[in-house]
Amino acid sequence: MKSLKAQHNPIAESSYELEILNGIELTSFREKMDQIGLFPLKPVDLKIFQINMGKMCNQVCKHCHVDAGPDRKEIMTRETLEYCLDIIRQNSFHTVDLTGGAPEMNPNFRWFVESVRKIDPNCTIIVRCNLTIILANPKFHDLPDFFKNNKVEVVSSLPYFTAMKTDSQRGEGVFEKSIKALKMLNEVGYGDASSGLILNLVYNPSGAFLPASQGELEVEFKKKLRDRCGIVFNSLFTITNLPISRFLEYLIRSENFDAYMEKLVDSFNPSAAMGVMCRDTISVGWDGYLYDCDFNQMLDLKVDSVNSVHVKDWNGKALAQRNIVLGNHCYGCTAGAGSSCGGATA
Amino acid sequence: MKTYYNAEDLKKFGKIGDLQKPLADKFFDYYGEVFKEGALTAREKSLIALAVAHALQCPYCIDAYTTESLEKGCDEEQMMEAVHVASAIRGGASLVHATQMMNKIKEISM
Repeated sequence: MKSLKAQHNPIAESSYELEILNGIELTSFREKMDQIGLFPLKPVDLKIFQINMGKMCNQVCKHCHVDAGPDRKEIMTRETLEYCLDIIRQNSFHTVDLTGGAPEMNPNFRWFVESVRKIDPNCTIIVRCNLTIILANPKFHDLPDFFKNNKVEVVSSLPYFTAMKTDSQRGEGVFEKSIKALKMLNEVGYGDASSGLILNLVYNPSGAFLPASQGELEVEFKKKLRDRCGIVFNSLFTITNLPISRFLEYLIRSENFDAYMEKLVDSFNPSAAMGVMCRDTISVGWDGYLYDCDFNQMLDLKVDSVNSVHVKDWNGKALAQRNIVLGNHCYGCTAGAGSSCGGATA
Repeated sequence: MKTYYNAEDLKKFGKIGDLQKPLADKFFDYYGEVFKEGALTAREKSLIALAVAHALQCPYCIDAYTTESLEKGCDEEQMMEAVHVASAIRGGASLVHATQMMNKIKEISM
């Protein structure tokens, strides 16, 4: 399967996606936020510095909001990563969150992780690892040890504890490889509560519906993965699919778009709106531009801060005063129990 | 095309109160209470509702509780097993009446 971009699908163009999202005949997200006194939405203290290290990935997942895949060549350069290190030096972020694509495919990935760890021995470094990358090539087989040595927290997608549902979303054979990779992570101590090595899994629905209760599903995942595969992990994050990129293409193709948007709007939860992740996060694109979140990044909605839109021009004070850029896709983060890169928010 | 069942009508369910509000309010309050987490989990209740929906062959309920079951984290295998439970009870309910037939055969046969 090729990326939407390689297929020349119009949904690969963010302007076209925004046209579709702005065309819904429902209350706009901005209006909804205004009704509860959250417009304009302002940031709180910046805690999470999220870096998209590139769109290249060894997988082509059907719901991917990045439209990542082997045919995507956008990779963050060492120069841009150096700017990121400068920013990390100047700030005391709680978390440095590395995502992609498969961030491990960036040739500077290991150097960057080690550099961040040297700058801040205590911050949380998250890698959003797709699991199969660990088995994709012998040069990645030692990733579990590398993660362990650098106290990296691993967050990995596993749509379900069965092969059928996982493979239908992430590709043929992904479940089996994911289980092997999880075992390799478990072998070095990941997921064992006493090791301090954190392994969190991510569930997102395999279709046009909202995720189940995070707490209940975590119990189910833990039981099934332990009993069937002997795998342990720390927490399960449930994430709602946002109507952008490949998931948007699926919604339109399957004629589920209108009903899904209606569901998101009907499920708007003011508590989730209060706790949206963009309030304490900055997301850096592969080319160094700054965004309020990874989803705005994919829609090319840069931060509304004229003097600080790129890592080269980082200005923490200007960013703290910005208005967060909102659109109808944001309904995905405020529906039901809320959704963020760290799971439910309400 | 005009049909007796229209999926869009499910959204109008709440409107039954337009003609008789007190009874509709009582029903929807009761309905809401029934599906709350109790001795059974909300997830277990969604599977029971899915099975009953199939036994009653209610297209609105099938749509609603298919979505609800998925949103409660059930997978396709569990959902299909629930439908088989409904089917087994329906089939069994027919078959068990064969005992009555057999009784009657015995009664009127030489």
